Amino acid sequence: MAPARLSVPELLLWAAGAIGIALLPPILSTFQVVQITIFLIFCLLAVSLDLSWGLAGLLSFGQAAFFGIGGYAYAILGINNVTTSASVVAAAAAGGTAAAMVGYIAFYGRLSAMFLAVMTLTITLILLQVMGSTADPSYRIGSAVIGGYNGMTNIPSLVLDPRGFFWTVGGLLVGIVAMGRLIMITSFGRVLAAIRENEQRVELLGYDARWRKLVIFSLSGAIAALAGALFASWGNFINPEVFSLAQSAQVVIWVLVGGRGSLYGAVIGALLVQAMTQYLGSIGTAYTSLALGGLLVMFVLLLRNGLLPAISRGILAIGMRKA
Amino acid sequence: MTQTSVEDEFSRSETAGAQTTTLLLQTRRLSKDFGGVHAVAEVDFRLHRGELRCLIGPNGAGKSTFFKMLSGQLHPSKGTIFFDGKDITGEPRHKIARLGMGIKNQVPSVWDGLSVYEHFWIGAHRRVGARAARTVAEGLLTELGLETVARREVGALAHGERQWVEIGMVVAQQPKLILLDEPTAGMAADEVERTVDLLRAINFNASLVVVEHDMQFIKMIGGIVTVFHQGRILIEGAMESVLDSRVVREVYLGSGHARG
Repeated sequence: MAPARLSVPELLLWAAGAIGIALLPPILSTFQVVQITIFLIFCLLAVSLDLSWGLAGLLSFGQAAFFGIGGYAYAILGINNVTTSASVVAAAAAGGTAAAMVGYIAFYGRLSAMFLAVMTLTITLILLQVMGSTADPSYRIGSAVIGGYNGMTNIPSLVLDPRGFFWTVGGLLVGIVAMGRLIMITSFGRVLAAIRENEQRVELLGYDARWRKLVIFSLSGAIAALAGALFASWGNFINPEVFSLAQSAQVVIWVLVGGRGSLYGAVIGALLVQAMTQYLGSIGTAYTSLALGGLLVMFVLLLRNGLLPAISRGILAIGMRKA
Repeated sequence: MTQTSVEDEFSRSETAGAQTTTLLLQTRRLSKDFGGVHAVAEVDFRLHRGELRCLIGPNGAGKSTFFKMLSGQLHPSKGTIFFDGKDITGEPRHKIARLGMGIKNQVPSVWDGLSVYEHFWIGAHRRVGARAARTVAEGLLTELGLETVARREVGALAHGERQWVEIGMVVAQQPKLILLDEPTAGMAADEVERTVDLLRAINFNASLVVVEHDMQFIKMIGGIVTVFHQGRILIEGAMESVLDSRVVREVYLGSGHARG
């Protein structure tokens, strides 16, 4: 588990992240800026999962569902001329509410962790079917035509200028990672970490685990939905593919590869896997899923804790040898 | 005999009513069935404030099941539990804990990924808040001799140390009653002695019920011993008389020889 205090290097890391995001856009081409922006959006989605799974041990395959709900909510509101910033906030709230409803059933019903994973996956796939069967033009909300598998187009941009949008997304990412880390070191976060390790032991000390899990799960859903809204704004487009099995699994793979529990691992995992996916996609799409699957198997078998913990352990080991 | 005087006290406290009673814990016909098996059958158990009670009995006598019902981890099939003047039968485990009951289960359960310090801190935090929790945690580290491993993850500790971490976090909770299920299992003789000293110190502020198999431990603790057998209370009384009893020797100690 990540340390329970913020260290100076960590604060410097935040500053470096913020400075990097501030300085990058002017020196990159517009194409590169747009490309990196989508990577950052995926980082945000990975961070949302790590907040519930890494901190509290709540594995959800439903991040894609909350992501999609956020995207569709943003699209529907934006097309109906709600201001884009209000649409983003409403989208995050929609995702948070959806997560709260799922979480309430799972946690207050005392359902097992496995059930939460299965239930969230099922909900995602149901949404895929439901949104896919809205091709008839009569499926519309206000002036927003849902469009079935064709999806929704002409979604307004949150920020028109690509560099401005990059700064918005980057700022949100740094801010939310910082917020997540601060949550982790509060007593609330430390009790959640204890719940992840052994929930019964926590309850026998008099803590009610249920509402704590519900709060972090809802927050996680809201952040995923925020990422979804940014995604819809990024391409001015969304379709039911966001609810696909591949999409749900991908989020889990990002966090698995990067390493759970620190939020930084999630960021690194999302960046690496997405970069790899994109590179493989450029040589031939057939290999992408195969390579992703192979990567997943490799990490589950060899590096169960993910990349970041393995690296930090390696550095520690080298340091000890010198001393 | 101790047995009679204790029983007199029970009847006195019962006639005096719930308000003035010195009873901390009382079960009435408490039972738990698993399928057709009566794991605990109609147990009437009483514990006074300030007591340090040993619970003994062969494996499968129902001691752990009894503890799990008291702490809300299992719902009784029948019967009632009164704790500190309240009926707590069927209450969720975190609410029972808040009323002032702490428990260490037989199977060690700690948070492997968290540090020793955090165990004590979280144990204390709910009751006393962040700042006082720090004081409690630091005090316990000293008391248990765990300062050197304070920041280490509990998953990396030796078995005996893990036992102390769990006892420590239950103590950090500052309960009125502490239930300990085999606290010295897997401990070396000197560690058992230290644990006895520790429990005596804890007993100044809390009542204790301890399930143990180690005869040395039970002799060191002394006091009143309750013997469970096949889900029922077989006999209850002063340590010496209980251990000398022929019935106890037969059911618990086998063919008449005690360990230690």
